[in-house]
Amino acid sequence: MTTAFLILLLPLVSALAILLGVKRNPGASALVSVGSAGLCFLLALPLLGADNDAAGSFTWLAVGGLRLEIGLEVGGLARGMLLVVTLVGLLVHVFSMGYMRDDEAKARYFAGLSLFMFSMTGIVLADNLAMMFIFWELVGVSSYLLIGHWFQKNSAAEASKKAFLVNRIGDFGFMIGILLLWGSLGTVNFGEMAGRLSEGGYDATLMNWAMVCIFCGAVGKSAQVPLHVWLPDAMEGPTPVSALIHAATMVAAGVFMLAKMAFVIAVAPTAAGVVQHVGALTALLAALLATQQADIKKILAYSTLSQLGYMVMAVGFAGAQHGGAAVGEVAANSGFFHLYTHAFFKALLFLGSGAIIYACHHEQDIWKMGGLRRSMPATAATFLIGTAALAGLPPLSGFWSKDSVLALAWDNNPLLFAVGAFTAFLTAFYMTRLCVVVFFGEPRGGGARGAKEVAPVMLAPLYVLAAGAVVAGFPFAYGWFIGGGGAGIAHPHGGKALFLTILIGLALAGIAAGYLLYRDREEEPFPLKALADKLYIDEAYLVVVRVFQDAVAYVAKSVDQLLIDGLLVRGSARLAAGVGGLLRGMQVGNLQGYAFLFGLGVVFVIYIITTAVR
Amino acid sequence: MPSLNEYLMVSGLLFAIGLAGVLFRRNIIVIFMCLEIMLSAANLSLVAFSRFSGQGGLPDYDAQVLVFFVITVAAAEVAVGLAIIVALFRARRTVHVEDLTSMRG
Repeated sequence: MTTAFLILLLPLVSALAILLGVKRNPGASALVSVGSAGLCFLLALPLLGADNDAAGSFTWLAVGGLRLEIGLEVGGLARGMLLVVTLVGLLVHVFSMGYMRDDEAKARYFAGLSLFMFSMTGIVLADNLAMMFIFWELVGVSSYLLIGHWFQKNSAAEASKKAFLVNRIGDFGFMIGILLLWGSLGTVNFGEMAGRLSEGGYDATLMNWAMVCIFCGAVGKSAQVPLHVWLPDAMEGPTPVSALIHAATMVAAGVFMLAKMAFVIAVAPTAAGVVQHVGALTALLAALLATQQADIKKILAYSTLSQLGYMVMAVGFAGAQHGGAAVGEVAANSGFFHLYTHAFFKALLFLGSGAIIYACHHEQDIWKMGGLRRSMPATAATFLIGTAALAGLPPLSGFWSKDSVLALAWDNNPLLFAVGAFTAFLTAFYMTRLCVVVFFGEPRGGGARGAKEVAPVMLAPLYVLAAGAVVAGFPFAYGWFIGGGGAGIAHPHGGKALFLTILIGLALAGIAAGYLLYRDREEEPFPLKALADKLYIDEAYLVVVRVFQDAVAYVAKSVDQLLIDGLLVRGSARLAAGVGGLLRGMQVGNLQGYAFLFGLGVVFVIYIITTAVR
Repeated sequence: MPSLNEYLMVSGLLFAIGLAGVLFRRNIIVIFMCLEIMLSAANLSLVAFSRFSGQGGLPDYDAQVLVFFVITVAAAEVAVGLAIIVALFRARRTVHVEDLTSMRG
């Protein structure tokens, strides 16, 4: 039993203990769950420095040539990701103790969190795609359970269903991709796959298709365009859940998986192009939508989408060449760099918004808040740090990681760099809008007027995350997370001064624009209905689904009526009736008629026998 | 002494007469008697074959034994058949087959 297995199984034990044992005692349930999260974090710390690549594996299933293994590896990016998951997980657990203090179903909530921690750790530590896929589905389940925590609310039940179904679409592609890779390389183990690819002799076209299919999984889980629609709705869940699952870890699992698969992206240039452009499109679209939302959590959700787009775009550059050498690992590292800095500041922002929502008595409309910097100074301070980090102000973590992402685009694709830079401007703009409206001015609603600073148990995670958001971008921090074995992160090759000027200038311009346009406003000064209504993408999907459903229903109805009813059911009945009618003619009811027919039959049989014998 | 063909000819005639009676007579008792004629025709041909297929001057008695069995079974059959006809007559007050059409499909 290695440490890795212990870290994996502890949350599962905690979830089972809560569900089977202490369910009736909410306080104890919370303690069990928080305790397991804390223990996981402590166990994960020593793994940071250790060079413990494989943590053992056993065969789970062997069918013919297919051998599925459950194996753990704590190497490369998995180490940093494990730290992110356990640290943010622990902080969110602690925060939840305050946030969910009076919830009726606290035990179920903490069991769900523990189940999530188990599933997420499984994704992080998996040493092959098949096992990753199993845990991939498990995080989907726990996300479903936690989004629908307040299932009495119809919107929450609908949102959890939507998240699950939309993810299914992506996961279907993911599964096809895994099968393609298994079919062409004969293994799904990460290390072995990399070995086979380096030997050469693979089918390049097939690799492109496989990578695009696998990317579908990331599109679903990391909510990229066009499957991004579930994430904003997932904000129906409790805010700590949004912070942990829908900002810091689960949605980043898609990026983490792509980063682990960077060696495939490196040999699949077409797929890499798809990944880059989908990421950039998501970044831009989500940032545009974020500028017009009124719900504080929706703004953060779109911001998460946008940042995930950055990460996906960065990993997509793994297929690019620079100076004759493949960018490969550098791109994966840069994407992961942004992943973990984002995990800090976005978890901070979400937990901060949770504190605000809690203090304002579950008010989420930013136009009904205002002036909160006076009533909630500590929350406001940490929130502003998170905002500055997200906006990319030096020297906070977001500045470094966003720069490394955009440096890849700067070197490889000017168009995508322009999109990314504009998105950076929008990011600074909408976050400033959020902060100005929420924290400055005068309170505009009853909830905001009566707001008080939250309890220390909720503030403590904010402080820790704020510290993380400040320092996570420095070289010593990415030394921990990415490891000395990594090939470092991307820096712009040439034009460095111009590059930095553009980025810092855009961030400052965004902040200035947000401050000047939204200072002392009582309501949205520039209502853009199309953006506020999410560009009607949800409605378009509804129409598509309905049209598609109608078409399928029509085909099914026609087949049912013509083939099943007409030919099979009624046809067989008609056939039996026809044959029966024919035979009925023989039943003349006359004794001599029967005798005659019998005689004919005998003659016929004799004829057959004699001719056959001859 | 008549040859085998002549015996078979007579047997065939008897069979044809019986069959014609079964098919065309109306009275069920007559039909029944015609059935017996058909049985006799079969018996006759069996005996004739027995007589003409002997070895070393002795006939092949197998067929003659078979004829005895046929006669005994036919006797039993007549008893049953007549009983059925009597029962039928009691139920329907008729022995004409055109009147018995309740089996028409």
